[in-house]
Amino acid sequence: MHRHTHLFKKTGLAATVSLALTAALSAQAEEKVLNVYNWSDYMNPEAITQFEKETGIKVNYDVYDSNEVLEAKLMSGGTGYDVVVPTGAFLERQVQAGIYAEINHSELTNYGNLDTAMIDKVSRHDAGNKHNVPYTWGTIGLGYNEEMIRARLGDMPVNTLDLIFKPEVAAKLADCGIALLDSPAEVMSIALNYIGLDPNSEKKSDLKQGETLLKSVRSSYKYFHSGKYISDLANGEVCVALGYNGDILQAQGRAEEAGQGVKVNYTIPKEGTLVWFDLLAIPADAPHPEAAHKFIDFILKPEISASISNYVYYAVANKAAEPLLNEDVRTNPGIYPSEAVKANLFTQNAHTAKFDRILTRSWTNVKTGR
Amino acid sequence: MSTTSRLPWIEESSSLMTKYNFIRRINWGRLSVVAVPMLWLGIFFFIPFLVVFKISLSETAIAVPPYTSLLEWDLEEAYINLKLNLGNYLYLFEDAFYLDAYLSSIKIAAVSTFFTLLVAFPIAYLIARTESSKRGVLLALVILPFWTSFLLRVYAWMGFLKKNGIVNEFLLGIGIIDQPLTLLQTDFAVYIGIVYTYLPFMVLPLYSALEKLDITLLEAAEDLGCRPAQSFFLITLPLALPGIVAGCLLVFIPAVGEFVIPALLGGSDTLMIGRVLWDEFFLNRDWPMASAVAIVMLIVLVLPIMLIRNGQGKEESI
Repeated sequence: MHRHTHLFKKTGLAATVSLALTAALSAQAEEKVLNVYNWSDYMNPEAITQFEKETGIKVNYDVYDSNEVLEAKLMSGGTGYDVVVPTGAFLERQVQAGIYAEINHSELTNYGNLDTAMIDKVSRHDAGNKHNVPYTWGTIGLGYNEEMIRARLGDMPVNTLDLIFKPEVAAKLADCGIALLDSPAEVMSIALNYIGLDPNSEKKSDLKQGETLLKSVRSSYKYFHSGKYISDLANGEVCVALGYNGDILQAQGRAEEAGQGVKVNYTIPKEGTLVWFDLLAIPADAPHPEAAHKFIDFILKPEISASISNYVYYAVANKAAEPLLNEDVRTNPGIYPSEAVKANLFTQNAHTAKFDRILTRSWTNVKTGR
Repeated sequence: MSTTSRLPWIEESSSLMTKYNFIRRINWGRLSVVAVPMLWLGIFFFIPFLVVFKISLSETAIAVPPYTSLLEWDLEEAYINLKLNLGNYLYLFEDAFYLDAYLSSIKIAAVSTFFTLLVAFPIAYLIARTESSKRGVLLALVILPFWTSFLLRVYAWMGFLKKNGIVNEFLLGIGIIDQPLTLLQTDFAVYIGIVYTYLPFMVLPLYSALEKLDITLLEAAEDLGCRPAQSFFLITLPLALPGIVAGCLLVFIPAVGEFVIPALLGGSDTLMIGRVLWDEFFLNRDWPMASAVAIVMLIVLVLPIMLIRNGQGKEESI
């Protein structure tokens, strides 16, 4: 509904502009509009206002809450979006499908601000980073309720996946609630890494081992869901969740605000976990590629990047922004982990369609206890 | 006889004319009445159905859109190639998983339909037996929940059923239980969600059937020595049958394909065909397979229901 109004207004505006200025405009000139499609709660709204003021470009801002939804839209074609923010493994496959335009790096004056180590990691998904500019990055780790965990585990260290993958430990936590992301590729890669296998393995035998591990602890899990754990951690409905760092920090904030004495923490497990990158990309059929480049370049400014990181509690891959970050963000090991912890993180690659099929089945088997 | 036979052709032609006028009038009237819903069905059901059916016969591809085209042609080489892939349907029948998912959905839908009927019947009966001036208010109350978003109402149930929710607090408070019950993320919660959400769809057809029920029949049965329970099963229930069937279909059909309620209230182990379809579409990115699952669901649901409707129609005409 919302979206349609935008499109309608946009075409209306386009018609008037082209009528009035037909002769005067060169072929390249585009209307001063930008359609951004980003994750929900993933942008500092002030940054958008500032961009509009500086460039005179009107930003239409829409949000989604899963890569799958974004992908389904992009795969249908003709979305009218100029900037989207897929996660690495998704972008990898979408580039294969020819969904994205190449980024014109010469138009990005601030590209040099980016962390070269990060750019290098991202290039696993997109050779030469031709189709993306890193936006934010984060980890999947454990969010836990301090008090409930201590009551059940004593002073056992909590920075370990034993909490959710070791049957005898998980069983102790079953009554206070364990939640896992409902994201087969990500959780399976973390499980495979936990048992010492290649997290990106597409071997059937490896998948089987991962499935066996998850089945052995399944009865201790409360549910698999990719969003519910935020509020459930905050109000004590679950005591451990395998989830995205920013979401768990959000739960921490909510718990503090509620003032019910619930204390939520985030930890990156010592066994290593998955690091993901959300990437700015321009669809091949974007109606306003020029504005899209301007917007991406604007985001790469150190002060804008820092303001976004301060606002969304996710790390930005912007070296120049780091000194400008708020103290509590910069020193939070859940957002900007130490180099030693970073060395232990792995990326998850895009899978083949064939593997996705057996992975989904294996995942359904785990979830439904078949 | 003799008087009418004098001018037979006039009579005949005039009766023919009125007949034709009649037919013409009826046809135009009927057409304009039927055309709108037919057009609606055509545009919003039949054409999308054909599109989905078409996709179900293609193969996945890494492209936009992510499936192959059925038709290939080359005008210079002068050939048209129609390629139909039945593999998706074969796979559906080979793999027991899909059958399980269909059966599990049908079971959940059937159980919830039964309970919806159980709850709705007394409500509809009561409304039909109230004096007609008050019925409007009662019917409005049945429809009133529709004024709030369906999603919000399901979320409200999460508030009721959660561990420290209202139901548990109440039961703990009056001392029936000493440990909070796990109500949310169970099949039980899914049943509650479906019964609650679809209740009006059951109450309304039941009401319209019960409203027509002639009360004198019940009086006559009583006079003839029938006990209330007997007359209920011998008179009320059979006469309400069309309403029961209509209500059950209105609840059962959407409940089989239900996605939102099990996703919010159900546990991760609730296996329903809506979820399988979602997985095929979003996780496997297999649009053809997802389409095949949808088509088979439609056939599994629509065929038996058409048979029921047909049977019912014949019964009524007898």
